[in-house]
Amino acid sequence: MTVMESAVKNMVPGIDADCGGACACATCHIYIEPEWQEATGEREEMEEDMLDFAFDVRENSRLSCQIKVSSALDGLTVRVPEKQF
Amino acid sequence: MSDVIQTDAVIIGGGPVGLFAVFELGLLDIKCEVIDILDRAGGQCAELYPEKPIYDIPGYPVISGQELTDKLMEQAAPFSPGYHFNQMVEELEKLDDGTFRMKTDDGTEFRAPVVVIAAGGGSFQPKKPPMPGIEDYEGTSVFYSVKKMEQFRDQDILIVGGGDSALDWTINLQPLAKSMTLLHRRDAFRASPDSVQKMHALCAEGKMQFKLGQVTALDGSNGQLTGATIKGPDGEEQIACNTMLPFFGLTMKLGPVANWGLNLNENLIEVDTEKFQTSEPGIFAIGDINTYPGKLKLILSGFHEAALMAQVAFKIIHPDERLVFQYTTSSTKLQKKLGVA
Repeated sequence: MTVMESAVKNMVPGIDADCGGACACATCHIYIEPEWQEATGEREEMEEDMLDFAFDVRENSRLSCQIKVSSALDGLTVRVPEKQF
Repeated sequence: MSDVIQTDAVIIGGGPVGLFAVFELGLLDIKCEVIDILDRAGGQCAELYPEKPIYDIPGYPVISGQELTDKLMEQAAPFSPGYHFNQMVEELEKLDDGTFRMKTDDGTEFRAPVVVIAAGGGSFQPKKPPMPGIEDYEGTSVFYSVKKMEQFRDQDILIVGGGDSALDWTINLQPLAKSMTLLHRRDAFRASPDSVQKMHALCAEGKMQFKLGQVTALDGSNGQLTGATIKGPDGEEQIACNTMLPFFGLTMKLGPVANWGLNLNENLIEVDTEKFQTSEPGIFAIGDINTYPGKLKLILSGFHEAALMAQVAFKIIHPDERLVFQYTTSSTKLQKKLGVA
């Protein structure tokens, strides 16, 4: 289960995930709060490439389909960009 | 106005499921025309992840999106479907004789007793960056694709993005442009290394500039862009330009399908699980675009749906004929159609 999947399953608005989790569309773009940066990890190369297709990319940008949910993320809050395109 | 194309079944969407529908319908002697908004077949497989491995296609422990597309095209080839790319079906209406009339955005008309919507996540459209006020400039100063290069002669062009489209158009339009700026959020590109090298060479020759950053505001009036504010590592700065070409890839929108009077459920088309027919008899929906209890958005589900749909489509197209179920392994009739017997 990824952050994207849990968001989509629970109909959380703001995460579109057009491609269904293939790291191929950049429509599950989120921002990670500083206190969660370590627990959520670094972005990988493929994710970095895909972020080129997102808008308003910041230092704390991630694609939520690339963050696996674990007990370490209990209580995680993320912010979504104004639009996923 | 072009001639009307008359056929047995029109398939809207040339992704994996649409292509396999050509095969399943073809086995039943149903002639198909395939319409797709992209410039080639394959849908998401070809557009979003051509090189990514897929691990859940039966019989293929691993296959890339492009390979799967090529194999499905090959499998459908014996039935010589008509392919109509770069077109989107805009209108769909039922005629008095029970058949359907369709019209695409370039004016081509189709008529068929069966319509199969295999449109996946909808139609691919260029991503429009949510910059405030960008709509005011679209079509006059902001363009998401290049149709005629001449249009950009002597313009001050700002290209935004770091993929192949952004790099290719930077290189191709630079000789025509009065000035050329490429803007990208990082100094790494998701484009062919050759193009990146060419772009850097043009910068070194002083023929264009590359800027790191993202657009935060657009300046201009009455649809005419005069500049863009960009935010880069050194803070905000102003770039003069009268044309901007953002290349952020494509996104999927349901599009005109929403206006055809079919029962929808959260932008998906409701079908039954016996025929995969929509609320309008004669119109079927298969693959990612449909929904029913237990639906899984898998390519393989779409293949199954195509096979069942074809049985029902046959009865609509040939109401007086009996359909004898046959296997490709044993039926010489089917093998002849496939050109192998």
